[in-house]
Amino acid sequence: MNDIDERIVALVADISGEDEVAEERDLDLFEERILDSMAAIELLVAIKDEFGVSIAPTELDREEMNTVNKIIARVKERL
Amino acid sequence: MDFFTEPAFFVLLVPIVLVAAALGLTERPLGHYGCAVSLAMLYLLFFRSVPALVYASCYLVASVLLYRWVRTLFTRDDPNKMRGYYLALAAQIAPLVLYKIGVLFKPDFPGFLGISYITFKAVQAIIETRDGLIKDMSCGEYLYFLSFFPTFTSGPILRSRPFVADVRANLSRMDYLDRLYRGIGWFVLGAAYKFVGSAIAQWGMWFVPSVVGAPALKWLVTVLFYGLDLFFDFAGYSDMAMGLGLVLGIEVPRNFNLPFLATDIKEFWDRWHMSLSTWLRDFVFMRFSRFAMERKLFPSRHITACVGFGINMTLMGLWHGITPDYFVYGLYHGALLAGYHYYQQTSKFYKKHRRERWYQVVSWVITMLAVFFGFALFGGYVVSPLLS
Repeated sequence: MNDIDERIVALVADISGEDEVAEERDLDLFEERILDSMAAIELLVAIKDEFGVSIAPTELDREEMNTVNKIIARVKERL
Repeated sequence: MDFFTEPAFFVLLVPIVLVAAALGLTERPLGHYGCAVSLAMLYLLFFRSVPALVYASCYLVASVLLYRWVRTLFTRDDPNKMRGYYLALAAQIAPLVLYKIGVLFKPDFPGFLGISYITFKAVQAIIETRDGLIKDMSCGEYLYFLSFFPTFTSGPILRSRPFVADVRANLSRMDYLDRLYRGIGWFVLGAAYKFVGSAIAQWGMWFVPSVVGAPALKWLVTVLFYGLDLFFDFAGYSDMAMGLGLVLGIEVPRNFNLPFLATDIKEFWDRWHMSLSTWLRDFVFMRFSRFAMERKLFPSRHITACVGFGINMTLMGLWHGITPDYFVYGLYHGALLAGYHYYQQTSKFYKKHRRERWYQVVSWVITMLAVFFGFALFGGYVVSPLLS
């Protein structure tokens, strides 16, 4: 548990309006309809804002960022 | 020769598919063959009109040169690369914009069939070259990508990276056989949609209103069948294109995924004309949102998203043509998406009930009413009659 993880969880929770993402970080966000494609874009923009990490919207496949843990991993790879 | 409608097109497909299958099943690469066939088919598409043939050829060549120039700027890390990038984007989009405006004043304004779809593809390639995602696509591969005949006239909108990966893949016989089977399946389904589904919907559109009396009911029935026809016709084209693509070894993205099952308007756009909605999402909505958030143009992220939806969908509407009907259609869907987005973000009622069965049924009914009203706008059943 560290700061980056917490901030990403907060971002996902804020954008999706679902708090359960904090508890279940391997939940498939798209399958569970917690994120849709537009919200995923919002998330990329928010990540750029928060961490300065720029991920082009077409850079990653959905399977590469469909859970909170995967999103955290993708951000950390680029920090 | 028109694609997917003229008998000559379907006759020509027989040898094209047989040779492709022979190459694929003997594990030979399909790229050169597919490219040659595509260029020959484009010649047949345009040969009856010399201006269109010349325009389309020049457009293809100019696009390839433009791509090569942008790629050189970014691989060399040229100090003026961003200026070059914006210049290239403007040059790439200008013919389509000029055409859409030009036809308002002069119906035979220069253009060619497929100019919209080729513009989408070329713009994606330029933007992703800037993003550093496209580095080694050759000019030949790019020419094949732009001219790929199954999707040339009516989509789905291809993306260059998966396309090039497919062209380069050395498919084993089993892998090719899998694509061939799926390709034939999609093609047959598409043909059934187009020639049976769409035909029935068109029949319903003139027959049923002729036997019902009340004008309001006539309007409702016409719109209902019009919407169904829109779906069967377009999904039919798309699925046939997908099938042909697979036979040539290319995975063409799916354009329609049971759109009438959508239980909310966002889901509808994840299922309807998906290659266009995802393109707009990636290259308009996303770029706009990032631009607006970096400059803090709006007080909150939700408002940015709402404005983004509005711009995105209005552009989508106008892309079909600069007319009051399409403009209002785009605006309408932008407003629906923005409104629904706001509701999703703020409504406690939504959060409490959204997973319940009854809620989903009600939401589905409302979504379908909204969607079919959208079709009525698109088909000119609302705005045009009001204006005239």
